[in-house]
Amino acid sequence: MTSVTRTQADLFVTCIIDQLYPQVGVSVVRVLRKIGVDVGFPPGQTCCGQPLYNSGYTSQARQLARRVLEEFSGSAYVVVPSGSCAAMMSKFYLDLFQDEPESLRRAQELSSKVYEFSQFLTDVMGVEDVGARYEGAVTYHPSCHLLREMEVRTSPTRLLNNVSGLRLEELPQAEVCCGFGGTFSVKYPHISEGMVADKTASVLSTGADTLVSCDMSCLMNIEGALSRQGSSVQVRHLAQVLDGISG
Amino acid sequence: MPDVKTRDFSTASAVSILDPQMRMALQRAGSGFDGARRECIDEVTPQVWEEWREQARQVKLHTLDHLDYYLDLLDQRVSANGGQVHFAADAAEANAIVAELVRTHGVKVATKSKSMVSEELNLNHMLESIGVDVYETDLGEYIIQLAGETPFHLVAPALHKSKEEVARLFTEKLGVPPMEDIDELAAAARVALRERFLQADLGISGANFLIAETGTLVIITNEGNGRLCTSAPRIHIGITGMEKVIPSVQDLAVFLRLLPRSATGQRITSYVSMVSGPRKQDDEDGPEEFHLIVVDNGRSRMLADPHLREALLCIRCGACLNICPVYQKVGGHAYGWVYPGPIGSIVSPMLVGLDQAPDLPQASSLCGACREACPVRIDIPRMLLHLRHKLAEDPVSEGAADRPMPKAFTSAFTLVMSRPGLLSVASKLGRAVQGPLSSVPFSLLARGGRGIRKASLPLLSKWTRSRDLPELPPRTFREIWRNELSDASEGE
Repeated sequence: MTSVTRTQADLFVTCIIDQLYPQVGVSVVRVLRKIGVDVGFPPGQTCCGQPLYNSGYTSQARQLARRVLEEFSGSAYVVVPSGSCAAMMSKFYLDLFQDEPESLRRAQELSSKVYEFSQFLTDVMGVEDVGARYEGAVTYHPSCHLLREMEVRTSPTRLLNNVSGLRLEELPQAEVCCGFGGTFSVKYPHISEGMVADKTASVLSTGADTLVSCDMSCLMNIEGALSRQGSSVQVRHLAQVLDGISG
Repeated sequence: MPDVKTRDFSTASAVSILDPQMRMALQRAGSGFDGARRECIDEVTPQVWEEWREQARQVKLHTLDHLDYYLDLLDQRVSANGGQVHFAADAAEANAIVAELVRTHGVKVATKSKSMVSEELNLNHMLESIGVDVYETDLGEYIIQLAGETPFHLVAPALHKSKEEVARLFTEKLGVPPMEDIDELAAAARVALRERFLQADLGISGANFLIAETGTLVIITNEGNGRLCTSAPRIHIGITGMEKVIPSVQDLAVFLRLLPRSATGQRITSYVSMVSGPRKQDDEDGPEEFHLIVVDNGRSRMLADPHLREALLCIRCGACLNICPVYQKVGGHAYGWVYPGPIGSIVSPMLVGLDQAPDLPQASSLCGACREACPVRIDIPRMLLHLRHKLAEDPVSEGAADRPMPKAFTSAFTLVMSRPGLLSVASKLGRAVQGPLSSVPFSLLARGGRGIRKASLPLLSKWTRSRDLPELPPRTFREIWRNELSDASEGE
């Protein structure tokens, strides 16, 4: 069924989607296939190493990063449904291996092939309308690493604006961090809680019934707080909305 | 040095975050300053702004690369202007130089314009201990001096104080009747300070910039107090960090554009004062003597560290504080030393010792808003990461408690994530136990909302104190892929 013109891309699904939100991964694969991508899934993949890197454990982070370099060495493109993990693989690996020339060369090679999911759709595939339908009012939270490391600013909203039935509400203070920050959220819970409280207040002020983002870690944080507040606002990864799943 | 309370960050921030008045002040000031800053960028166009940032950054990087040369040149030019430069290796040396000048000149009263470096030295305390009456003359600094506090913010030291608090303070300390109007309060401070300006034998200032080629000290203020401090008394002592030097007057221009816009959203401040030495023969006013104390106090250590030296580019505008979601929650005092916020989380550990400030580099979500706002593009998140690396892997770090994550946890995580087979076993195990754990009496997990409401387990309990946690799903993605999505699964 594969034709020569189809784009080949390997999915780095991220450990959080693999372990906690597998349906997001399924939606990513379905959307990619729908727009004509041949999707591969290197089975040896696990975690990109960012939790270790962000905590300063660089040698252990390197251990996991080397696995990623190995697993994806033959990929034409690597699609990552997370701005944060994509930033780790395409930006922070370069810092991580700055003193190891051979690994650095491979990290540079990987860096040029890594795309965050929405970025891959708009910038590589040239697709802004995937033909999805989603009934409801949606607001979009731009995750920090997607915005400031990957510099992906408009791809997600361009894609959302082409979903029929979807009404996009602007999120106030959209570019302020949700307060997740990995171990930050459990090491300084009082600060993280204050930050996510601001974020949920912004989300609720839009009147949207669904919050969309490109990072499940941020969404886990915001959903956890929304759920605790008894709010009915749903959270969705962009891929789920583009996959037309509305509830 | 003033009391170092950087080890208390966790407890101090847990208290400060609950202060409703501080929260209101932070919201108002943070969004006010930052909004005005953004308007300035729009006005000059983002493209021009980026050119200025790059130009300023290059000037600073060049100066740091040739710091010895420019400090030497500065020394020569200040001397040629009739002033004297003193280099101080640390706070004690700087204070000793000031104390000696006080003694030889019989100084009784000193006025001060704003100087963060003098806070590093705890200079006021030293001056009082040798019998000098010292008065802060920047309105914000004056308020916190009266209140016996330390600065809350780099450019707005009394940002956390409401006008009602200031009114009570003035009534108590200055004996003025209770006032409500901010202009009236400012006028009361002006009357009280005017007296001091006239009495002072010594004026002390900081410096925003030092110009090497002309031997000039540059101060940027809105209140004019800096100019009075540097021109009315017999002696003027400028005290600043060695990183404040720039090569030439031409180089100053870009900083005069960037600093006020980044700090308060002003196109230019009300006063830009340039002091090049003592009074000349035909001058109508100015001090008889000008001394410039250039302070190291740990800066050489920063300069020597290739990962951290760029923190010396900082021009202390405070833009990173105004945009930082953590600073905006906990406020300036929680950081426990002179420099708060994102830049303080690098500078403080470097100046007081990382072992004294293990929380500061960790108390950040690494969102990167600070780097975006920084007028000289300091990559603060990467420096925080570097300091975390030191905490995690440096054997001299004080103890396991200061590590960002328990070593056993990171080792277990690395092991599991290095072996996909082991990861599969771990996730199956997790799924197998999460049901029983949540259904037995005194359970470790309690279901609720959209997942787990209460987890009585290390780390997870910190999450569930305010947020529900997702349950492990029946299948992982890799299981779904193997069974339903991969080519091998087709037709099954």
